[in-house]
Amino acid sequence: MAHQSDLIESDILAYLKSQEEKTLLRFITCGSVDDGKSTLIGRLLWDSKMVFEDQLAALEVDSKKVGTQGGAIDYALLLDGLQAEREQGITIDVAYRFFSTDKRKFIVADTPGHEQYTRNMVTGASTAQVAVILVDARKGLLTQTRRHSFLVSLVGIRNVVLAINKMDLIDFDQKQFDAIQRDYEKFAAPLGFASITAIPLSALNGDNMIEASANTPWYSGPTLMGYLENVPVAGDSRGEPFRLPVQWVNRPHLDFRGFCGTIASGTVRPGDEILVASSGRTSRVARIVTMQGDLPEATAGQAVTLTLKDEIDVSRGDMLTIPDAPPLHTRHPEAHLVWMHDEPLQPGQLYLVKTASAVTPGRVTAVQYVVDVNTLEQKQEPTLGLNGIGVVRLELDRPVSFDPYRNNRDTGSFILIDRYTNATVAAGMVITAPVDPDAVQVTEFTPEVVVCEDAAPVRISLSAASVSASGASVVDLSSEGCAIEFEISPSFIEHLGKGNRVLFRLKDLGQLHAVALLAFQQRLSFEFDRTAEGISILVFRRGIKPVENSYADTGTSI
Amino acid sequence: MSDNLTHLQQLEAESIHILREVVAEFNNPVMLYSIGKDSAVMLHLARKAFYPAPPPFPLLHVDTTWKFREMIQFRDRMAAECNLDLIVHVNEEGVNRGVSPFTHGSALYTDVMKTEGLKQALDRYKFDAAFGGARRDEEKSRAKERIFSFRSANHRWDPKSQRPELWNLYNTRIKPGESIRVFPISNWTELDVWQYIHLEQIPIVPLYYAAVRPVVERDGMLIMVDDDRLELQPGEKVEYKSVRFRTLGCYPLTAAVESEADTLPRIIQEMLLTRTSERQGRMIDHDQAGSMEKKKQEGYF
Ligand SMILES: Nc1nc2c(ncn2[C@@H]2O[C@H](COP(=O)(O)OP(=O)(O)OP(=O)(O)O)[C@@H](O)[C@H]2O)c(=O)[nH]1
Ligand SMILES: [Mg+2]
Repeated sequence: MAHQSDLIESDILAYLKSQEEKTLLRFITCGSVDDGKSTLIGRLLWDSKMVFEDQLAALEVDSKKVGTQGGAIDYALLLDGLQAEREQGITIDVAYRFFSTDKRKFIVADTPGHEQYTRNMVTGASTAQVAVILVDARKGLLTQTRRHSFLVSLVGIRNVVLAINKMDLIDFDQKQFDAIQRDYEKFAAPLGFASITAIPLSALNGDNMIEASANTPWYSGPTLMGYLENVPVAGDSRGEPFRLPVQWVNRPHLDFRGFCGTIASGTVRPGDEILVASSGRTSRVARIVTMQGDLPEATAGQAVTLTLKDEIDVSRGDMLTIPDAPPLHTRHPEAHLVWMHDEPLQPGQLYLVKTASAVTPGRVTAVQYVVDVNTLEQKQEPTLGLNGIGVVRLELDRPVSFDPYRNNRDTGSFILIDRYTNATVAAGMVITAPVDPDAVQVTEFTPEVVVCEDAAPVRISLSAASVSASGASVVDLSSEGCAIEFEISPSFIEHLGKGNRVLFRLKDLGQLHAVALLAFQQRLSFEFDRTAEGISILVFRRGIKPVENSYADTGTSI
Repeated sequence: MSDNLTHLQQLEAESIHILREVVAEFNNPVMLYSIGKDSAVMLHLARKAFYPAPPPFPLLHVDTTWKFREMIQFRDRMAAECNLDLIVHVNEEGVNRGVSPFTHGSALYTDVMKTEGLKQALDRYKFDAAFGGARRDEEKSRAKERIFSFRSANHRWDPKSQRPELWNLYNTRIKPGESIRVFPISNWTELDVWQYIHLEQIPIVPLYYAAVRPVVERDGMLIMVDDDRLELQPGEKVEYKSVRFRTLGCYPLTAAVESEADTLPRIIQEMLLTRTSERQGRMIDHDQAGSMEKKKQEGYF
């Protein structure tokens, strides 16, 4: 393996030291069938000298026997390692390959283009930070290009390369390149990528792969390798709220109870206050234990063992978090679902829902809509079939801690498992959790209307007396015709300060201003939801343990 | 996924997460311990994952009876030092039939003594999850395998219908008799393994370091004369050369390389400058194209 650095020969210890500081980038190749994904990775491995002599000898033999290039080197064969793939000249399952340059280490997942194997593409994408989306310059955008782009955006990849490949077959025509780039930018606008970098390539011949190609004098952007070496590695979540899904409780003897897991976000130090999201109980971190001595601090990405100062009940499936920004704790998440099984989703049927550490039975209660991957339009359909993508409502047997996926990939994701076949049937990404309908005690409150002149807003006075029930109460304003204004008594604020929550039902967005103003002035938080009836806003004070409601957390009967 | 950690710290955390997930979800896991450098790293990671407890599973070594003697000594020492149960399994049927790499050829020998032996042991102890130290960068079909790799009740791998594996959410559900092979260091490269051994000062079998050893040259490979079962063929003679091993297996099937590298940094240096892959020294990979995939389908690790 010819690593370039002269340091290897002259000073191996210095070289090893320099290796320790390298960053790691995980990326995927994706796009439609035969656009050249495997060839592109094969070529990158080749050009970065990651192919050994014995592998090269095998590649030459293979290229003659099963290659698609008439006996010349078929770089895709470095990737397509399964017999079935080599016989058919296609990729079936994702291949993980590794290479490094002087700047970075790379883990690349080469994914299949065939629609039939979309689940394997999603497998590769779920852990990637950057996507290289290939397009055959002769064909332009295809359905699979769009489907993969949508999936890439769903799994939270923000930076993409639009690799316009096989430029050698269209004489490196700039017009065609520009047209494809324009088409793509138009299509991808709603997907919200942070950057789209279009590069004209010939994966087969190496144009613009490592070095700028003489065949594209009109192109002044980065080469593919230049891009990969310099794109910022996203995902530093040290500054985010602390989250530790508890994976395992370590009890070697009576005097030690360690909570093990991988920190999903944030930073933790001994002495920090933590909250158990499911029970609302709090404690402080006593130690961060490792075999090589206790740590003064641990951050996102580390697999740790924490001990706590108090004997509180914590087990696998719980989430340790900071008290003033707890996660959603809900039975009814709303989520994007990517269906990955031949048998379509059965709404109402029980599946196993596996999240960061809990496995909970649950069902999909409603498919809100299905997305047409070509137009990104929403369609009403009763279920999701193989490779279908949509937004669904779930009902879990007991509440589970989540964050919205866009905030946290680790605590916002889940998979669905079929209880009978044990197949992994879907991948889910939490969008939000609407107010738990059964967590709300409805104490109907008829607001006291002070005045209602024509243009003047209706004044509504809010006091603890009007929302006396503990837990959550509802203030229904959906029948109010005109603009509203609140008159707030201190007792109302005190009521929220005790952990009580108030749900405002609004008629339209015009009424939102008053609620937002209330939250702003009183330093409250709120969650917004659009429901069939209209708009509902849950107002609460963050960092305070919610008052228990009357409903039992034991789950619905199966 | 975090850029404040070095790449080795990220790999370490991923592996520890996998090890813990298995212990939390399975009834009866086992760690396949092959005594090589990858097993050494995997064992070290397990000790870190469960500290201060010892790893809560036994080690299993499927002994073909043709391992280097130094490997067996090292194995027994490590199990004792780490306070772990060590299960050594030998396919007695193979021994009774006198199966050896010399008389039966490497393919049949591997199948009987390794694959069959492994399946016997997994069945006998009813293990539902087995850790292995395989890495994706070793071989083309390994590059395709999941970290949690499902096996039917007959221990078969079906490469065409692997479960999707998303984020770090591993599907651990199996029916009675089925099992999962788990590869905690899937995403490590050979260089990562060496660097980590260097940084964490992990003990490895001395055969990895160059020393003067008795070898014969056979079919262009240097085979170490580890005991008197190696019969010299006409024209072969035992020579003393400074050699070491890039990978360790059964001594008649594992070629040595001539080398002076007797420290870790020098081993790494040599590895970085070489033009051949580590598996080149393994005869079982050369039998036929796609042979690893086939062996894996049949239950080989
Ligand atoms: N002329 C030319 N041919 C190319 C180029 N890139 C790939 N090819 C050829 O296109 C064919 C398909 O390439 P692959 O790399 O297997 O395509 P893929 O996208 O990995 O295909 P799937 O994984 O099956 O979806 C092969 O015959 C390649 O040799 C290119 O830049 N120029
Ligand atoms: Mg391919």
